[in-house]
Amino acid sequence: MSELTLERGLAAFRAEIDAPTAAFFSSCVHCGLCAQSCPFYLETGDPKYTPILKLEPLRRVWENEFTLWGRIKGRLGLQKPVTDEMLAEWEELLYDSCSMCGRCSMVCPVGNDLAYMIRKTREGMVQSGHAPEGLIAAASRAIKTGSPMGLQWKTLAVQIQHVESSSGLTVPVDQEGAEYLVLLSSMEIINFPEYLEAITKIFDHAGVTWTLSTQCFEATNAGIQIGNKDIAAELVERVVAAAETLRVSKVISPECGHAYTAIRWEGPNLIGRPYPFRVFHIIEVLDELRAAGRIKTEGKEDDRLSMHDPCNLARKSGVIQQQRNLMALVAENFVDLKEHGKYQWCCGAGGGVSSNERAEELKMAAFKRKKAQIEEVAPERMVTMCATCRTQLEEGLEAFNMEIPVVGLTEMIAEHLVERD
Amino acid sequence: MSGSMEFLLWTKGPLFDIALAIFAIGLMARLVEIFMLGRAHNYAEPRAHEWPAGLRTMLTRTIADPGTFKRAPFNVVVGWIWHIGFLTALLFFVPHVELIRSVLGFAWPALPNPLVDFATAITILALIATLVHRLTHPVKRHISTVEDYLVWAVVFMVVLTGYLAYHRLVEPYPLALGMHILSAEILLVILPFTKLTHIFTAFIARWYNGAAFGRKGVQS
Repeated sequence: MSELTLERGLAAFRAEIDAPTAAFFSSCVHCGLCAQSCPFYLETGDPKYTPILKLEPLRRVWENEFTLWGRIKGRLGLQKPVTDEMLAEWEELLYDSCSMCGRCSMVCPVGNDLAYMIRKTREGMVQSGHAPEGLIAAASRAIKTGSPMGLQWKTLAVQIQHVESSSGLTVPVDQEGAEYLVLLSSMEIINFPEYLEAITKIFDHAGVTWTLSTQCFEATNAGIQIGNKDIAAELVERVVAAAETLRVSKVISPECGHAYTAIRWEGPNLIGRPYPFRVFHIIEVLDELRAAGRIKTEGKEDDRLSMHDPCNLARKSGVIQQQRNLMALVAENFVDLKEHGKYQWCCGAGGGVSSNERAEELKMAAFKRKKAQIEEVAPERMVTMCATCRTQLEEGLEAFNMEIPVVGLTEMIAEHLVERD
Repeated sequence: MSGSMEFLLWTKGPLFDIALAIFAIGLMARLVEIFMLGRAHNYAEPRAHEWPAGLRTMLTRTIADPGTFKRAPFNVVVGWIWHIGFLTALLFFVPHVELIRSVLGFAWPALPNPLVDFATAITILALIATLVHRLTHPVKRHISTVEDYLVWAVVFMVVLTGYLAYHRLVEPYPLALGMHILSAEILLVILPFTKLTHIFTAFIARWYNGAAFGRKGVQS
């Protein structure tokens, strides 16, 4: 990559400004309500974390170069320019204190989609050389090794062996013509190997044909988190190539929030063409199998369970009812958090915050909002369906000495499958 | 007296035409600036249509979700009160209805004066409350710019001068009315170049927001 400069950053900001962005900036009345939806503001009380303020670099480029009045101000020497110093200061606001959870986009009274613009602003931050080290490292590992954590197929191969010996089932690899290509996240492979075993059991039980691909197993997209279209598109192309090689008609994104929005909603636009396959989150697939009567379960969890909706899955992708249908299948004492579904609160770790070591303190501050929500309904265990959320919930609850285990929904379903004769 | 009458005629005549022209041209320019930018084609398979979701959000964002209302009741309630009060006075005061009829060629029935008077008084109080809130709430104080205070002052002057003129609290009357009309003209002139554009663009913004969430299967 050639040298990253302010000039390149400004060019990227310009390229990102579209009609929605202009309508959004034209409409902001500085009411400050977005702050009331942001866990980073609410839990720190620092007004610099007000969401609309995080977009100031993009807003200035819009005002200076895309409005009549801005151009007149330019002639009069009254413009406020975007400088390197400014971008250096904004790096923390755009990365460390924003998980792109999109809650502000849901409550802004004039209708501004702030998360959409944060995503755009990050493009300019990368090009001007103002992205966090942790995310740069993750993105370059993803490009070089295929995994943001530098994980290789041989690690996964070992895990496949474990799954096969403990379940007595075969994990299909590179099976051409299977219905589903299953993607995983490195975080899941390392922290939650039970996921792979769970889907192996469920798909065997439901008679689903599926496969992993040695060509590409990683679902996450570090290019989207950092805000770099080229990297993001390259990572999406790898998934498309693997799916095309194996001629699958459906691709499953794992228990990971951003991987799903990346591949489901941004992916086709990054590569500039529609996919020759459809994309589902594992929870959508499981709920379809449930509705079709292909998942038979027995017994129910009887402890008090609650659920954390990942932002990317619920608010940003409309998967809200499916996980509740599945919970009803296996839990008899389920209680929702008060604000859930499209109005859920972020765990604090998404949008690249968890890959950005520097943001640790802010990440745990933002978690306090989730913690308060959990305390309100006092569950014995939490269920979720995103490895990043799950890790954050586990670490956060542990940090506050709350003994509430966190489980993945897929593995909970797998535990209740009716044994076949 | 003759000086103030001249002032009034000047505000009602040439100044009104100029203000209306700047408003119309400025607003058109802003809308063109927005729509010319366009939107990239979206290749992702949608869950639902954009239009119905966009249209719904254009209306539904008028009401805060319960959680936001609980966290910022003052913001929501005072915002509502002054917007309704302002619109009541703007659109339903007898002379305003007549002005609209003379410009557009049609209008609607006005509301009784005492009702409009009450709405105006409430609006003045609510506007003062919004200013105090802006000056004291940590978030609002931090994000406020010169433009925010300028726009507040212009809106406040429009309502205040209207109230003073109606109650004959400033003499001579033509001066009071001229001040009111001049304030309204200043508002029209700055509207396309300040956050006052939200009067129009907020509905565009809401549509884009509702459409983007709607195609993903979420009513925003």
